[in-house]
Amino acid sequence: MKRTVPLMIVMVGGILMMVQYFIPHQYSQVIFNNYLEWAPIVGAFALILGVGSLTRLHSHKIRRKAQNWQYSWAVLIPLFGMPFFALIVPQSLGGGSDVHGVHDFLFMHIQVPIQSTMFSLLAFYIASAAFRAFRAKSALATILLLAAVIVMLGQVPIGDVLGKWLPNTGLWILRYPNLAAKRAIMLGVGFGMLATNLKIIFGVERNWLGGAGK
Amino acid sequence: MRINWIGIPAALIFLMIPSLSVAQDSVENLTPTDTSVSEMVTEDAAAEEIEAQPAAGELLLEADPGLDTSGMITVQDKPNDAGDQLVVTFEPAVNPEGIQCYNVYRRIAGEESEDAWNRVKVIPADEPPEFIDGYDPEYPIKPGIFYEYRIASVSLENVEYFGSVYGAEIAAKGELFHTNKVRLLIAGGLFITLIFYYFWKAQRGTKMYLRPIAGIEAIDEAIGRATEMGKPILYVPGISTISDVATIASLTILGRVAKRIAEYQTRIIVPNMDPIVYTVAEEAVKQAYLEAGRPDSYDPDSVFFLTQSQFAYVAGVNGIMMRDRPATNFYLGMFYAESLILAETGSLSGAIQIAGTDAVTQLPFFITTCDYTLIGEELYAASAYLGHEPKQIGAVKGQDACKAIVMSLITLALVLGILDLVANTHTLDWFRNLVTVSIVE
Repeated sequence: MKRTVPLMIVMVGGILMMVQYFIPHQYSQVIFNNYLEWAPIVGAFALILGVGSLTRLHSHKIRRKAQNWQYSWAVLIPLFGMPFFALIVPQSLGGGSDVHGVHDFLFMHIQVPIQSTMFSLLAFYIASAAFRAFRAKSALATILLLAAVIVMLGQVPIGDVLGKWLPNTGLWILRYPNLAAKRAIMLGVGFGMLATNLKIIFGVERNWLGGAGK
Repeated sequence: MRINWIGIPAALIFLMIPSLSVAQDSVENLTPTDTSVSEMVTEDAAAEEIEAQPAAGELLLEADPGLDTSGMITVQDKPNDAGDQLVVTFEPAVNPEGIQCYNVYRRIAGEESEDAWNRVKVIPADEPPEFIDGYDPEYPIKPGIFYEYRIASVSLENVEYFGSVYGAEIAAKGELFHTNKVRLLIAGGLFITLIFYYFWKAQRGTKMYLRPIAGIEAIDEAIGRATEMGKPILYVPGISTISDVATIASLTILGRVAKRIAEYQTRIIVPNMDPIVYTVAEEAVKQAYLEAGRPDSYDPDSVFFLTQSQFAYVAGVNGIMMRDRPATNFYLGMFYAESLILAETGSLSGAIQIAGTDAVTQLPFFITTCDYTLIGEELYAASAYLGHEPKQIGAVKGQDACKAIVMSLITLALVLGILDLVANTHTLDWFRNLVTVSIVE
């Protein structure tokens, strides 16, 4: 029962969603829209479990005085502090420039800059990864390096100055060999998705059921 | 002389009565003959009424011979929809001079109120006099309901001149089959049949060969290395939701990887970004420890939810990498901009890294920074490789058969293209029309 009911729900739901794609009728659309509305509701309840998990993990670390346990306070204090401040000035949750609660201040002056900092690290990591990728150790690596140089120079104004062939060749590389490879991958991904979906819908793949799968 | 104070007002009233009577007569005489005054009054009232309508021009008037109005309006049901769209066509004004655009108004048939009219479309005068009504979510078309339309020609001064009201002869109706998706249905049916055929073949015990994939074969080696070093294994199931097939594929791999980890008695760390993915991942790992016969080794703190914020998640996972120094990092699932930050940090920490994603844009980052990368479909096939179950292997062979069909079609198109060049024929166009499926209507 514990296994059959979820499998039946998945099978009926999966077939229904496949069939509804070909039925544009309003009743078919109602079913689809209802499904779309339910998904975030389930997600909202699962978030409670998520917050519970995070709290449990870090409270265990603090209790056990595990290695680096002090950092757990840095998680737990904002985890409960931010909703607390949002409750004091609930308007700050809606955003807008004329609301200046503590929550708003912390969000704008701590969270946003930290996130921007994390994102900006990407630039340095790209440079480091590019340095590693473009070392001409073999014939194929040399071709990769040459292609990269042409595409990069083709994208910047200096490439145009060096010669019209640079941006044109760069564009050709992007449009033909690059796009062909991308499409080949996407084609395989499409069939992979189809096979995975069929395996799940018809109960061949049951790992997602966790404990109920066996 | 004694003044009669009562007599004076009485005399004045007496004198006023005839003059009032004369004035009334003059108005009565004027009304039936001078119609222009009456029309002016009516027009003013109409203008006031129309002004109350929403989103109309600055000054609204009834039809004025000064600006031509549109002609007949034709309404048709749009095919292959949910009964929420109508195709509206109208004859534009014969003399378009001075018309900047047409405002199309709609109301439910039978409603008399002027307020019932809603402006559903503005069509510039130089654009085709046709549109699909029902796109505006504020004024939806409901199936089975008849509507009336009227169109106003809008002058350069933003004054509206209304044409006649036309009632639609048909109501919108939803269809039971999308006729433009016939080719998709045939192709889908063919591919699904092929995959089922290989399921069936595998179930009958037919031996099938799967080419080895280095990334999957390295999984055992990577787990063994972590065990030897006494360090944990980090498994990142992507940052997408459970509705993403890549995430589901990742969770199936997690189950199989966790089983090996449980057998080797190594620690696993699974930080999650989506709360639903977290609950499924927790169940999968718990079950894997149970299957490995080591339920007591399962640590409830090994699978946890981190945050739903993308870069906060990256910061958290990078922190785990730098503090706990896992010997092996798995990045399997859907990734976005964070892929390189994760993989580069893992590379700096000295871990063996195995990545797999179907996100084409993130693949180069993983290939550059990871030791092994499962490219696209290999992520979906990994579960079959690890499980060695006949049906799973059948599904992979089914995928391969589908790809073989598509490759044959591409080769055929190539041959036809060369033939067209050599013999100056148009066979490729014919072939293209045969296999093309319109994605956007």
